[in-house]
Amino acid sequence: MTFIRKTLTSSIAIAATTLMASGAQADMSDNEVRIGYLADMSGSYRDLAGPGGLEALKMAIEDFGGSVNGVPIEVFSADDRNSADVGASTVREWLDERNVDMVSGLVASSVSLAALKVVEEKNGLAIVSGSAASSITNEHCAPTHIHWVYDTYPMANATAKAVVEQGGDSWFLLTADYAFGHAMEKDVTEVVEESGGTIVDSVRHPFPTNDFSSYILQAQGSGAKVVGLANAGADTVNAINTASQFGLVQSGQQLAGLIVFLNDIYAMGLDATQGLLLTTGWYWNMDDESREWAERYYERMGSMPGMVHAGIYSSTTHYLNTVAELGSDDPVAVRKAMAENPINDFFARNGRIREDGRMVHDMYLVKVKSPEESTHDWDLYEVLSTIPAEEAFRPLSESECKLVNN
Amino acid sequence: MTMIFGVPLAVFMGQLMLGLINGAFYALLSLGLAVIFGLLKIINFAHGAMYMLGAFTTLLGMNYLGINYWAALIITPLIVGLFGMLIERVLLRRIAHLDHLYGLLLTFGLALIFEGTLVNFFGVSGARYPTPEALQGGFKLGFMFLPTYRAWVLGAALVVCLFTWYMIERTRLGAYLRAGTENPALMQAFGVNVPLLITLTYGFGVALAAFAGVLAAPLYPVSPTMGSNLLIVVFAVVVIGGMGSIIGAVLTGLGMGLIEGLTKVYYPEAASTVIFVVMILVLLIRPAGLFGKEA
Repeated sequence: MTFIRKTLTSSIAIAATTLMASGAQADMSDNEVRIGYLADMSGSYRDLAGPGGLEALKMAIEDFGGSVNGVPIEVFSADDRNSADVGASTVREWLDERNVDMVSGLVASSVSLAALKVVEEKNGLAIVSGSAASSITNEHCAPTHIHWVYDTYPMANATAKAVVEQGGDSWFLLTADYAFGHAMEKDVTEVVEESGGTIVDSVRHPFPTNDFSSYILQAQGSGAKVVGLANAGADTVNAINTASQFGLVQSGQQLAGLIVFLNDIYAMGLDATQGLLLTTGWYWNMDDESREWAERYYERMGSMPGMVHAGIYSSTTHYLNTVAELGSDDPVAVRKAMAENPINDFFARNGRIREDGRMVHDMYLVKVKSPEESTHDWDLYEVLSTIPAEEAFRPLSESECKLVNN
Repeated sequence: MTMIFGVPLAVFMGQLMLGLINGAFYALLSLGLAVIFGLLKIINFAHGAMYMLGAFTTLLGMNYLGINYWAALIITPLIVGLFGMLIERVLLRRIAHLDHLYGLLLTFGLALIFEGTLVNFFGVSGARYPTPEALQGGFKLGFMFLPTYRAWVLGAALVVCLFTWYMIERTRLGAYLRAGTENPALMQAFGVNVPLLITLTYGFGVALAAFAGVLAAPLYPVSPTMGSNLLIVVFAVVVIGGMGSIIGAVLTGLGMGLIEGLTKVYYPEAASTVIFVVMILVLLIRPAGLFGKEA
């Protein structure tokens, strides 16, 4: 009798588990959670996301156990070659033919905006980690995407404010001559003027520019205390290098980089970049938790991760947690549930997803160390202050997003 | 303060100086292209990649073998030049009898392979090569601060350009070269080893690009894409100067540097296009280029 009862109980238990499992699977489309990683894998934005971002994504999946509620996780990846057309058509194929549940990565703002339009049209889900344009959750906001790591607003705001407060009240702006640069120039001008500074002059250089000597000479001639760089990637690197060759800092002027990544500083070296103030969403050496993850990443990639890499890990983990909790990978339901839980991990502190899709979290104002202060190759930043999540990003009261009731 | 078209004289002079320095770079690179095209009729799209390989060889030589800048100025062009000769021997020679377009496609493909391979290993951010100690610092010229290294680039590039011109136009070896490309069969009959001459010429053109790469290493981040960014401008310079004209390549290179420098002051938005505007105008008025011979 005991034997029978035992068998009976266990059979019921097994049946119940099977039922539960199949019940969960019924909500997992194709019995797989499919993630598509779209990024510049070979061009000028490769090092800030690229293959490292894909590795971070894979780390998140491995740490999660490789499956959600018994359903395997599959990753697709593609090189968008910084082309909006390639990006949009890849995402269309992923959503139409491969039933991809979440699109990750997304680097050049122009590519992201094109891809996000497709995601919105198909009612999918995308988490943007690499792009800078704050318009992604402002005039281009949609219920189908989340902007995770940073955007132009905190980058311009915090850095410019800090520089003006330290006495850098007259600015010369070096602007990349395309949509992103113009937007950045506008944001910075506002912040500088609000903080009591003035923009003495500005020059718009073609994108991309190899030789900045001419513009640096103009900046030197302007007499401004601060030379603000409203450009990104290789342009910023070239401009800072050239400024160092022409002794811009030695002659009493200061540089302010507005979009600068860890890999840029590493590439330029501390001689050329020391003393530079910048804003970042995360720094690998900021505490034990971050260091622990960064060192695991370093072992796999041979370089330290930047904020975008860490953000991709963080967003993927939050996504998978939500899918597991919900028992479904339905994009609309997942997007909604993701916003209900606060985010606190090694990357995001005091993180939450606002109704406009902006994931707000603490940002950091950092200063690039001098070669004497740095103890090893990747010891690059000194964290000066934390900008609280709620102050760092564009307030909802100024939002033009259609999802926000103003 | 004296003003020139609304720009202070000091700034104006500074820009002319910088234009001249950039022009020297263009001259050096377009010179290599012009030598290769003028003598071998190969449209060498791998020229930018060779310039990039020059910079990389310099960087890696210092990091792994401890070769300093001055040694690299000699060793790098030799290594990359030998590599170029290998390419000529193994690949370009096989298609020498075909249309020029095949050479263009082959060299373009090679450039993509070199670039892609290095991106795979080194990424695109680039690495910094320190300015050699003797060339650090700069001069206060009154109208500008001129970094010593840039002054050196200008001098070194001009000397190499003059040397090349002299060698090809004024020496016996140069005469052989020119004759060998004009009428290879006849030269061969006189007992001159024309295939060897062609290999050497390609190697020399490539070595010039590598030399420019060494000069560029302390100026710009050493990155796999540094060559492709420059190549199109350099081609425009060669077209303006007249395909294959050696003196044309040098003078046009310097001139385009000046024009580009001035555009950066008066209308910076057009700085990256002004050379192509000039190219269109020149092609309309003198289709063979400023120094080219009408076919």
